[in-house]
Amino acid sequence: MSQSKSASLMDSSILLPAIGGAFKKLNPRSLIRNPVMFVVAVVSALTTVLFLKEVATGGQSLGFSFQIILWLWFTVLFANFAEAVAEGRGKAQADSLRKARTETQAKLLSGDDAAKFKLVPGTSLKVGDVVLVEAGDIIPSDGEVIEGVASVNESAITGESAPVIRESGGDRSAVTGGTQVLSDWLRVRITAAAGSTFIDRMIALVEGAQRQKTPNEIALNILLAGMTLIFVLATATIPSFASYAGGAIPVVVLVALFVTLIPTTIGALLSAIGIAGMDRLIQFNVLAMSGRAVEAAGDVDTLLLDKTGTITFGNRQATELLPVQGVTEEELADAAQLASLADETPEGRSIVVLAKEKYGIRARDMQTLHAHFVPFTAQSRMSGVDIDGSSIRKGAVDAVLAYADQTAMAAAPAAGGTVATIGRGASAGTVRDLQAIADEIAKAGGTPLAVVRDGRLLGVVYLKDIVKGGIRERFAELRRMGIRTVMITGDNPLTAAAIAAEAGVDDFLAQATPENKLSLIRDEQSKGKLVAMCGDGTNDAPALAQADVGVAMNTGTVAAREAGNMVDLDSDPTKLIEIVGIGKQLLMTRGALTTFSIANDIAKYFAIIPAMFLAFYPQLDALNIMGLQTPQSAILSAIIFNALIIVALIPLSLKGVKYRPVGAGSLLGRNLLIYGLGGVIVPFIGIKAIDVVITSLGLA
Amino acid sequence: MTLNGWLQILVFCGIIILLVKPLGGYMTRVFNGDRTFLSPILVPVERGLYRLAGTSEREEQHWTIYTAALLFFSLAGFIVLYFLQRFQGDLPLNPAGMGATEPNLAFNTAISFVTNTNWQNYGGESTMSYLVQMAGLTVQNFVSAATGIAIAIALIRGFARASGKSIGNFWVDLTRSTLYILLPICVVLTLVYVYLGVPQTLGTYAVATTLERAKQTIAVGPVASQLAIKMLGTNGGGFFNVNSAHPFENPDAISNLIQMVSIFVIGAALTNVFGRMVGSQRQGWAIFAAMGLLFLGGVIVCYWGEAAGNPLIHALGIDGGNMEGKETRFGIALSALFAVITTAASCGAVNAMHDSFMAISGMIPLINMMLGEVVIGGVGAGLYGILLYVIIAVFVAGLMVGRTPEYLGKKIEAKEVKMAMLAVLCLPLAMLGFTAVAAVLPSAVASIANAGPHGFSEILYAYTSAAANNGSAFGGLTGNTPWYNITLGAGMWMGRFFVIIPALAIAGSLVTKKTVPESAGTFPTHGPLFVGLLVGVILIVGGLTFFPALAVGPIVEHLATGLGQTF
Repeated sequence: MSQSKSASLMDSSILLPAIGGAFKKLNPRSLIRNPVMFVVAVVSALTTVLFLKEVATGGQSLGFSFQIILWLWFTVLFANFAEAVAEGRGKAQADSLRKARTETQAKLLSGDDAAKFKLVPGTSLKVGDVVLVEAGDIIPSDGEVIEGVASVNESAITGESAPVIRESGGDRSAVTGGTQVLSDWLRVRITAAAGSTFIDRMIALVEGAQRQKTPNEIALNILLAGMTLIFVLATATIPSFASYAGGAIPVVVLVALFVTLIPTTIGALLSAIGIAGMDRLIQFNVLAMSGRAVEAAGDVDTLLLDKTGTITFGNRQATELLPVQGVTEEELADAAQLASLADETPEGRSIVVLAKEKYGIRARDMQTLHAHFVPFTAQSRMSGVDIDGSSIRKGAVDAVLAYADQTAMAAAPAAGGTVATIGRGASAGTVRDLQAIADEIAKAGGTPLAVVRDGRLLGVVYLKDIVKGGIRERFAELRRMGIRTVMITGDNPLTAAAIAAEAGVDDFLAQATPENKLSLIRDEQSKGKLVAMCGDGTNDAPALAQADVGVAMNTGTVAAREAGNMVDLDSDPTKLIEIVGIGKQLLMTRGALTTFSIANDIAKYFAIIPAMFLAFYPQLDALNIMGLQTPQSAILSAIIFNALIIVALIPLSLKGVKYRPVGAGSLLGRNLLIYGLGGVIVPFIGIKAIDVVITSLGLA
Repeated sequence: MTLNGWLQILVFCGIIILLVKPLGGYMTRVFNGDRTFLSPILVPVERGLYRLAGTSEREEQHWTIYTAALLFFSLAGFIVLYFLQRFQGDLPLNPAGMGATEPNLAFNTAISFVTNTNWQNYGGESTMSYLVQMAGLTVQNFVSAATGIAIAIALIRGFARASGKSIGNFWVDLTRSTLYILLPICVVLTLVYVYLGVPQTLGTYAVATTLERAKQTIAVGPVASQLAIKMLGTNGGGFFNVNSAHPFENPDAISNLIQMVSIFVIGAALTNVFGRMVGSQRQGWAIFAAMGLLFLGGVIVCYWGEAAGNPLIHALGIDGGNMEGKETRFGIALSALFAVITTAASCGAVNAMHDSFMAISGMIPLINMMLGEVVIGGVGAGLYGILLYVIIAVFVAGLMVGRTPEYLGKKIEAKEVKMAMLAVLCLPLAMLGFTAVAAVLPSAVASIANAGPHGFSEILYAYTSAAANNGSAFGGLTGNTPWYNITLGAGMWMGRFFVIIPALAIAGSLVTKKTVPESAGTFPTHGPLFVGLLVGVILIVGGLTFFPALAVGPIVEHLATGLGQTF
């Protein structure tokens, strides 16, 4: 399911079954979903009946009628084929998903005894059951981890083979049925009944079984149905005009004119475009829970992006050491490195790396130093080491200052000083110095980490949020598309402003809480804007539900996954930008082919009208500007072109019109030129070419 | 084509362009209820009328109520007008002693004037009493025009207001259109026409003795006042049967110019009202530009066709353009220009015989009407008509920028598309549907004056003119038969109300929507690209439907004339 595995457009494993599918879709019940093609099928059936009657009574020009009818049916079949091809790609993916949903045995726990379970079939599990999953077991259904930590292989749904950690509590508590526990064990409370699990929904989605028409598709269908009715009027009145002129026009010719005029091209490809749009998201490892969400993605005006992971790398890195006055950089580096040796956090490791690269201090062994590691706690907000009575701490500036104060007070009586005296290094001047450095760092968007040794303030480690390369250009791109980006961060406004400026976002929300995130979304929406965001935590759920496009990370909690209308299987928040592009591409493809389809009519009129009336108004031959050979070849060429253009455009409708992140004005100009003007010109050339071929073959 | 001809056309265009902004500004103030220079006189009158009607300018209506009020008002107007005609013989102001009008003719005429069509199956001076002309026809000339303006304003409010419920008050819009816009301009125009020699009297017809000592009755009457509103309200119903070709109804080139300007002026200014109300005059100019392009295209073809003349006559050694059916005091350029103006707007007044135009230039008025008269169009009707096309254009092409289509910040969704398509659909239904039946109905075919494609064009023109609420006649067709009276009446009715109701439904739907703020991702609707797109959609969606009908009518006739054939 990863992008590299995406099936090529015209894979024979998809094309061959699609041919069968095209015939199966002749079933009126499936045809009626598509009003334009249904009308084509109805008139094809009617002309076929008339033709059979003529064959029985021995009518004239049967060969010509036969060919027209053949191409009428081809038109319907080509439309069905397009839809079948689009669905075929999803079906292949659904099959691979089904393999993951093999019958599993579940270890159903009863009562409080964590070890006592009985084996039941996975399908018999109910919501609220608690099961035990051990190393090697397949998780029987979707659920929430209530106890334990384990590594889980989720490649069945994400295609990513590296295992992920799942643990109780926090934002990584959701597990998906069909994935495999590789190590340790989990107690899981089941949250989805059989048949409605994530994998079941995924299968249904990629197969398009539950595909609902989206609002825009419905509106477009109304337009197409309206145009069809208009052309009913245009063609149904022709026999009367002809009879006034003392002529008559065969029904089959009228039907040919009618079918070529109604927007069959877009009618035939409309559902294929919709399916392909969903499919492109799936290729991209994003599951849209509805087509409506994909459309909304194209309309998004405001993107809410989490700072961490989207705009900056997930972890901050030490980039500089800034000592207070009277302390050398080396002294600070030495203490900072010692305090971080046993610190496994990315920040801690980055300090060790910095000390080695910039100051040449090599890693030391904790054991030989007899060092005792003091881990970070939420209360102390510091970590450090105690070595031979000496204690080194690093942590949040205010926490370290308070700690330095305390140490000094504790040390003061021993040193014979007064209580008022602050510790040796922590004179008022040093504190001011340290705070000034810290403020500088915060203002520049970094995080200051103060270092103290035995109550003496040494200086500050500059932890920097590293803004991802190229993100600034992406945001500029979005701005050209008319999309506003808002950075969401828990940082204070000062830090947030600095990072926002560096990354080039349009706005930011600092000290974000679930409540003010939600109110920001509501605020934007009240101005008529559509908002997209991504999130993973349970506390993101209300905002995800409120947003027009809410992308939940697959690693996120069950609540988040339920609240969003898309799930990103790779849990990569930057994808939001691509999702918007895919939504736009879907709408553009629809618009382009509709415009093309309607523009085609001009050439078709010029082919058929002179041919139609030639018998009694030979003067109209002046309208035969394409110089088509005979009336019959003209009509036949038009209907053949009309059918073949559907097949020719299948690749475009599956791949989508190329989207460029430029302003709407130039995008429209470009597309109008290609699909509008192109739509006027192409059929003139195509019909003429077909006319040359069929007359040289002697078909008409 | 002559330089002088083109200069006359350019002068006309220049005057219209100059009038768009000032009149648009004035009308915007009127409909926003702001103070204007006429307020001191008219506000008391306006308030008095509201008090009489039991409404108030602060009362707002939901679109359904607005529509119901409009339909009720039109129905009442129809009934009054019908019975006025039926009983005119027993009513005063009938110096010529006209008898009761035939029921089916009265039906046709009543619908015709209520729908702002002014199709005339009657001869004005030989059928209608002064009372019917003044209290019936002229009143409808005012209020049917005011109704059209009201609908346009209601639809504009749909775009301009955000998250609202109501689209205005029909009675207020109707009153203001009549009181502040139509009446004052008409008073001025009437005086100008009288000055130029148009009669305005309630006296009896004049009797003159000709050189041969024969007695000639010269019809006169309150012509100037009706002339003013027939042009300004794009009604087109002439006092005299030959309309603005009659020397009393259009004495000279100046009166001709004033008439042409007054046909277009309100429709053109409404585009500016639209721009002002939605907050960007450029949006209005874009619509005006699309209209202007279609208009100029029509003028060029029509003038070229007439100036090129008839090859069959050239073959006889007589050079020059086609002067058949034209008044020498207007000539080819002004006749062609008048024909395009009167059919682009849904006026229908004529100063030349359209039937006598060359086939290709006679096709231009036909096409203008088939497009739904969106080129400036009838007062109000032109604007709401073109806005329906805008919705379709924006919906089709707007998708190509990768967003759900929106226009002026309003999302165009299923409901708007459905209503716009309904409105667009009703025109070919009435125009082509009735033509198709008439073309094979022997009694209907018997009414035509010419055989072959030209006769077909006569039928097609009649139904097209009726459904487009134009009212001009191609001529040649004897329309005063029960079949034509009734079917043309039905056509006018469909063309008016099957467009109005969807247009107001769209206004009602749009007004409730939020306005999405404009961004770089928004489809720009005020530039040349949009103008080109709109013109393309109007021609393809609106025009292509009629291609077969045009092919067997004017097109084949034109080609045949070139080959030396006549019908």
